[in-house]
Amino acid sequence: MSKEAVQLSLPGFEQAHGGWRADYSRQIGTDRVVRNRSNIEIKPLYTPRDWNDDAFLESLGFPGQYPYTRGIYPTMHRGRTWTQRQLIGLGTPEDYNKRVRVILDAGATAISLLPCNSGFRGIDCDEVDPLLLGTCGTVINTTDHMDRALEAVPLGKISTAMNDPSPFTLLAFLLAVAKRRGIPWTSITGTSNQSDYISHFIANHMFYRLSLPGARRVLLDHIEFCRTHVPGWNPVSVVGQHMQQAGATPVETMAFTISTALQYAQDCIDRGMDIDHVLRRFTFFFDISISFFEEVAKFRAGRRIWARLARERLGAKDPGSWRFKFHGQTSGVDLTVQQPLNNVARVAVQAMAGIMSGLQSLHTDAYDEAITTPTEETARIAVATQNILREEAHLCDVIDPLGGSYYVETLTDQMEHEMTALIGKIDDAGGMYNAAEAGLIQAMIGQSALAFQEKVESGEEKVIGVNCYQADNVAHVGEPTERPDFERMQQHVARFVAYKAERGQGDVRRALDALKRAAGDSRENIYERIVEAAEVGVTHGEIVSLLREELGFGHPLVVV
Amino acid sequence: MSASKLNPPPRVLVTKIGLDGHDRGSRIVAAYLRDAGMEVIYTPPWQSIPAVVKLAMEEDVDVIGISSLATDHLIVPKLADALRAGGLGHVGLLVGGIVPDDERPALLQSGVSAIFGPGSPRDEIIAHVAALATKVREIKNAEYREIAR
Repeated sequence: MSKEAVQLSLPGFEQAHGGWRADYSRQIGTDRVVRNRSNIEIKPLYTPRDWNDDAFLESLGFPGQYPYTRGIYPTMHRGRTWTQRQLIGLGTPEDYNKRVRVILDAGATAISLLPCNSGFRGIDCDEVDPLLLGTCGTVINTTDHMDRALEAVPLGKISTAMNDPSPFTLLAFLLAVAKRRGIPWTSITGTSNQSDYISHFIANHMFYRLSLPGARRVLLDHIEFCRTHVPGWNPVSVVGQHMQQAGATPVETMAFTISTALQYAQDCIDRGMDIDHVLRRFTFFFDISISFFEEVAKFRAGRRIWARLARERLGAKDPGSWRFKFHGQTSGVDLTVQQPLNNVARVAVQAMAGIMSGLQSLHTDAYDEAITTPTEETARIAVATQNILREEAHLCDVIDPLGGSYYVETLTDQMEHEMTALIGKIDDAGGMYNAAEAGLIQAMIGQSALAFQEKVESGEEKVIGVNCYQADNVAHVGEPTERPDFERMQQHVARFVAYKAERGQGDVRRALDALKRAAGDSRENIYERIVEAAEVGVTHGEIVSLLREELGFGHPLVVV
Repeated sequence: MSASKLNPPPRVLVTKIGLDGHDRGSRIVAAYLRDAGMEVIYTPPWQSIPAVVKLAMEEDVDVIGISSLATDHLIVPKLADALRAGGLGHVGLLVGGIVPDDERPALLQSGVSAIFGPGSPRDEIIAHVAALATKVREIKNAEYREIAR
């Protein structure tokens, strides 16, 4: 609506607005400048002068309709609420199995698996200081381990999310287990939720295993393999979480994530894949910070940008390809060690932002996340927080409840504008792969992290118990930290060493030779060979170290 | 303004040992110390204990800062032992990051001079490192004098 049209439709607006403005200035004295984390100036009041529904159909539309600003499905949470997907993983496969069966008995329909940090480093349990084993995830190095971890778990009936970076050995073990149990791969559903090697290279070096070109090829082989053999699996999850956790602002995070998705999509197109086959299985994974309205605007803007780019730039024709499906995790960065119970309130606000943004699945952090690996009790509270928001607070009754707010819509537009500009900048640098390789993104994130830290130190950004209200700080005397049983872990390692000596060595050698040949021949599918290797007992560490030799080691570029 | 009167300025190795790769904390602390006029030797994560000892020796550092977000603090006592075994028992050692309360005593007893948790003020970290470096430098200088004689 033009300025004149607003005046016509709202007679008396100017006078009333001017009156408010005068009262406001008089009472507030010198107003402070407020900027959100993405450095967008926030005004004290938003009106139809900032946003009106003139472009309603074009920029908002209805849920389930292009450009999906209000949600990707017609019914959203009123029809089906988000999936409650808590990350778990600790100790031996048996320890994991015990925990996962409790969750399944409590009615969970989806599980997740977080492997030990040694797995992330690409090494087996017999090569690691045993003190560290299983302290941050489950030690799974073989198909046998996976079998024990998933004992009595109804594969094919529940969705499984794997924190499984390239070269995706956990999925290979899972598929081998399914084959053993006679469960068809076509019934397996879930997500490789650490498939985004670019985000690992940039911001979470923990997951970064193979060189950039090597990881690029393995991801494409993985996508192609899943499309053919495991069609219900989401092979690509583009992870904005790492970048925001490393310090990227919400605007930067969304722009970098979308640029990464564009890169993967373009790589698939260049490989000759049908873009509509590929994109409908793309998912996204984000951090949800406590900057409430900014997060809502981030997700709404991201959904709109992705729909338009998928359709216009990538040429996808199927509406399923335009839908921006995302998992959100409440941000651990906002949680404090000081006065840790305060984190329950923080997580609730973060979760509300995610829910009101229309996410598809949610992990709420336990309040002791900033101190240790969650206990059963703190994990229960995290799940209860979701239940309270859904059942008691009635957050699912209305779709996109903040849509139409002058503030939220203005902010959504502003953030979209900034994100689009940043995506353009990455395009100019030759796309996300090149921008990451050159260290461009790392430098931006580093600057944003330092700038935020300086705001916290100056007190401009307040953190309760850290730079204000410290008076209530009491020493945290928690339960003793839960660590894996050292003896059981040592037995696990001993059993693994014995297993390696006893397995069919001929099969193992042949599988590794075949994998090596595939690595040297771009016409072959590496991932197919990885799954075959898993089936005959090749270990995680053996697969990763062979590929590191053949395709190059993943040295992250560290930009200080 | 330099935070330390030492000349040459304190040499500090900022690194991560073990398995975890979260480096936001180590990068920020490295920038703090650098901006305070110290010489910072920064490494990517996942250094092995022998690699850290070797680097500390070659770079003649005064202080080593170990950043730990996950559980890598559990092997810091092993690093302290390795430093002593390598003749570097005088080098200052501190830890930054997340260490559960019940696991702090083991670190402090092993020779770690301080553990800086999240939210630690920049000035406190810098002051501690500067004081530690001064102390270490005195020991080193005494050793040099001994050798020269």
